[in-house]
Amino acid sequence: MSVDLATVKRVARLSRIAVTDEEAERMMGELNGILGFVEQLSEVDVSGVEPMTSVTPITMRQREDAVTDGDKAADVVANAPNADQNFFLVPKVVE
Amino acid sequence: MTDLTSLTIAAARDKLKAREISAVELTESYLNAIDAANGALNAYVAVTPDKAIAMAKTSDARLAEGKGGALEGIPLGVKDLFATEGVHTQACSHILDGFQPKYESTVTGKLWGEGAVMLGKLNMDEFAMGSSNESSYYGPVVNPWKAEGSDEKLVPGGSSGGSAAAVAAHLCAGATATDTGGSIRQPAAFTGTVGIKPTYGRCSRFGIVAYASSLDQAGPIARDVRDAAILLKSMAGVDKKDTTSVDLPVPDYEAALGQSLKGMRIGIPKEYRLDGMPEEIEKLWAQGAEWLKDAGAEVVEISLPHTKYALPAYYIVAPAEASSNLARYDGVRYGLRAEGRDIADMYEKTRASGFGKEVQRRIMIGTYVLSAGYYDAYYLKAQKVRTLIKRDFENAFRAGVDAILAPITPSSAFAIGDKELAADPVKMYLQDVFTITLNLAGLPGISVPAGLDNKGLPLGLQVIGKPFEEETLFKTAHVIEQAAGTFSPKVWW
Repeated sequence: MSVDLATVKRVARLSRIAVTDEEAERMMGELNGILGFVEQLSEVDVSGVEPMTSVTPITMRQREDAVTDGDKAADVVANAPNADQNFFLVPKVVE
Repeated sequence: MTDLTSLTIAAARDKLKAREISAVELTESYLNAIDAANGALNAYVAVTPDKAIAMAKTSDARLAEGKGGALEGIPLGVKDLFATEGVHTQACSHILDGFQPKYESTVTGKLWGEGAVMLGKLNMDEFAMGSSNESSYYGPVVNPWKAEGSDEKLVPGGSSGGSAAAVAAHLCAGATATDTGGSIRQPAAFTGTVGIKPTYGRCSRFGIVAYASSLDQAGPIARDVRDAAILLKSMAGVDKKDTTSVDLPVPDYEAALGQSLKGMRIGIPKEYRLDGMPEEIEKLWAQGAEWLKDAGAEVVEISLPHTKYALPAYYIVAPAEASSNLARYDGVRYGLRAEGRDIADMYEKTRASGFGKEVQRRIMIGTYVLSAGYYDAYYLKAQKVRTLIKRDFENAFRAGVDAILAPITPSSAFAIGDKELAADPVKMYLQDVFTITLNLAGLPGISVPAGLDNKGLPLGLQVIGKPFEEETLFKTAHVIEQAAGTFSPKVWW
């Protein structure tokens, strides 16, 4: 499978990465190179094989359903590029 | 008096305990060495001298009372991927511009708990994506090794290139690193250092900036096998904050050194013998097998038939997980923000200017293979192939093999700005052909220097083991180290 320019632009949009036409052209070549490389997997017969979900056969631990952390609003926003009174500020979303 | 930076962790530990040297003296020696070398090597992206001296003073006070942890007063470097409270943590990306976490990663917290001293943060490929350290926002690290008679600057490997270079150049006693596809073992091989990627789940991933969560694992890079064993002991262990960390006792890895290999069976995977592999690597591999035989092990050929499919499977699984993990960098909660006309435009511009080319490429591939209509063909297929790769190893172990001996890299260190590699991402990916299978199977592997090539550059061998049998790796690698010796670059910086 290979991707065309329109697909590259659609994937960039899904990835939330702005690309110029020139960059999309370049990426198309690179992505097709990588997709061509991974194409080798089609040679492998995987019928009856379960997909891997965990490399370790250990079941996930559960912890008590209790609050063990929190009350750190100032810490949470400390690294925000734009914050006010412990809120993240973003461009207007609703008109 | 000899230069204190020439001491291994084991040697410095003994001298500190005996109060022959102080932690402050030792730390100052390293800070001076960093000052003198970092302009040339670019191994550190942030040095924390005040913090280092304060920690060293605390260590001296503890040592004076006859107390102190396993690493009391030992100065370490930390890969920029580990969250360090109040200190530069950017995964060497522009998108985490100015990020200083309010929390500490579990692994570094454990090291400080044992008394280690932090010297600063080490350069790496952006978000650990790369095999040459050239994708760092802070520029490439220069390998302390140079080919004989050449002044060409070489890469230290990647992604833990800063860690490996700093250890090789004696700019820290040891370093933390991480390995998603070979990022501990390949740079260790390129710099003549020892690196171990432990079993998935051996070390907590809490506070390590995520790349591909099902593959990422932390481990040390050190000057010799003993130092690596000392560091891993303090880094490993279960953690409530990482449910994939495993609740098994952490053995005294150092105690495994010097144990006999008698009765051990070592597998040589025939699929790792690649067409066009340099003869020197083939010879070194055969030499390694001889050393293990001399130490009493039996060496047998084994087959891992799905080896060639590991790289393509990785380049689906890792980008898929990365595209999901890196969705959090949106210009809202931390790091860089580029203004835009609306919120979507802000996201897109922030991510376009904050992520480097290789990171963008992997996010794009990941987004594509997970997009509607392609999930089964790519991601699900790759996860099935992953099951087969793991099964290959399980079959070998079930047939009585205790450990596997393999090369680490298809070549010694290459030049910074290598045109052929820069022009074709897939060529660069092939650097990891011998290392990536272990990440897919979750197995531990150690990289140990085994000799120099005809250019005078270090080459390593890899010992691969069963899950949670890192002790086997340490004792086997120690035999190779005893036979091969250790290797240090000539100081030119």
